[in-house]
Amino acid sequence: MGTGRLYAAVAAGGFRRYATYRVATAAGVFTNTVFGFILAYTYIALWQEKPHLGGYDQAQALTYVWVGQAMFAVMVLGSAGFEEELIERIRTGDIAVDLYRPADLQLWWLAADLGRALFQLLGRGVVPMLCGALFFDLALPSSALPWLACLVAVALGTLVSFAIRYIVALWAFWLLDGAGAMQITWLTGVFFSGMLLPLNVFPGALGDLARLLPWSALLQAPADVLLGEADVWGTFAFQAGWAVALLAVGRLIQSAATRKVVVQGG
Amino acid sequence: MADVDERPVTRVTEDPFGAYGPYGRLRDGLRAYRMIAAMWIRSTMAYRASFVMTAFGNFAATAFDFVAILLMFSQVDELGGFTLSEIALLYGTSAIAFGLADLMIGSMDRLGRRVRDGTLDTLLVRPAPVLAQVAADKFALRRLGRVTQGALVLGYALATLDIAWTPLKVLMLPMMVVSGGIIFGAVFVGGAAFQFVAQDASEVQNAFTYGGATLLQYPPALFAKDLLRGVTFVLPLAFVNWLPGLYVLGRPYPLDVPHWLAFAPPLVAAACCALAGAAWRAGLRSYRSTGS
Repeated sequence: MGTGRLYAAVAAGGFRRYATYRVATAAGVFTNTVFGFILAYTYIALWQEKPHLGGYDQAQALTYVWVGQAMFAVMVLGSAGFEEELIERIRTGDIAVDLYRPADLQLWWLAADLGRALFQLLGRGVVPMLCGALFFDLALPSSALPWLACLVAVALGTLVSFAIRYIVALWAFWLLDGAGAMQITWLTGVFFSGMLLPLNVFPGALGDLARLLPWSALLQAPADVLLGEADVWGTFAFQAGWAVALLAVGRLIQSAATRKVVVQGG
Repeated sequence: MADVDERPVTRVTEDPFGAYGPYGRLRDGLRAYRMIAAMWIRSTMAYRASFVMTAFGNFAATAFDFVAILLMFSQVDELGGFTLSEIALLYGTSAIAFGLADLMIGSMDRLGRRVRDGTLDTLLVRPAPVLAQVAADKFALRRLGRVTQGALVLGYALATLDIAWTPLKVLMLPMMVVSGGIIFGAVFVGGAAFQFVAQDASEVQNAFTYGGATLLQYPPALFAKDLLRGVTFVLPLAFVNWLPGLYVLGRPYPLDVPHWLAFAPPLVAAACCALAGAAWRAGLRSYRSTGS
């Protein structure tokens, strides 16, 4: 089997694995929609108090809310994704079996995660967005180009999201219990992705810093591309740059971990 | 059909504590809860570095929620006509009430997983009430982080608010936290009961627990009337802190409801417990093992 086909099969497996749990998907859509409503009302109050805050008008701010809910599962901003499983395999020592396989550890998990992301974009991204468009006045583009650009930004964002979580999972080689590391990454992600509040609303230097960090590639970048508020090629370059850098760091840690680590288990 | 097997069947649902009556059962439940929780605390402390990180993470999770509000107030002076201190009162009470419920029985949202993988069966054959076992399962002391954070924000609110305190208003604060915690606890139990039916739907519960706690951090005036009616009359989350909290702040509730409802949270909490208990018993009775 060619390597390309192997990883395509792993990705398809990742897609099917999440597609199997239809009730869980529906439950997730419901929860995202409820949170979307709560956030939308707070944003309406905020933008009524100060119109054009952060350069968005109210319709753009509301669009941002629903893009955020659509990206919530895709970028794994809420719960843990594959990293929980990988950490468990490192803790129990099952990772030794994985390392014997004739497949690259990082590429294997990347393929599976991309499959998952594609399903969650379709399964959990579309419906909350439609709900938001039904109940609120959103600023959605009428031509196809911004939507396509947004899809590219989502794909690049998924790479960055994976690269960050892969690095975190590998900490388990040294820490063994990865819960703390996962939680801190999750918090940093929620804060700096713009899930709490759009990064352009952050005051002064904090806003500038947040826009430079990799997490802004996850939500702020796709949202701004969709809203026509960002330079499309500049955004792609920013996202791709972080993706390459973080994947390379993951690779370095992987080789360090597999060289020096004593595998757990008996 | 004459050849039906007539041998008596030992039922796992038979109550081993029936002889003690309801109070003995409660005592045994609490004892089991205490022992299981203590076991999980010991187990957590085996990875001390991770515990410190997760406790801090839990603290920061809610701190970030408040930071989001602070960020909003870095741009505006009022939100929906409410000042930062007033919102801090609502935020603090919601966070403490939810935090207490989350600390005590927050692991109940894992019930669906236990039903799915069949490990619930283990709990059924143990001589302790299933509710106590499920509630104490994976007891996570790190969740004190949320309570601590809520208490700090509430402290900030009380220090900066200019309220004409009366004994009644002072009493409202502990009442809100305790009743609110019980109301959220009932939502957790009710949600767990629902997972007997819909095992994969545990995330629906998050909409009402985490979503509810987030909703209550903001003044009700921000939200649509239909949403307010829903959380007042259907799922009575408004009794956690909105109705009593607005009484303390001397603000009107956006819906036309009688004033005495501000004092109703203990009654609402009791009613919620009764309903959640009934739902739990119905859920447990309907349980069919996966057999795996």
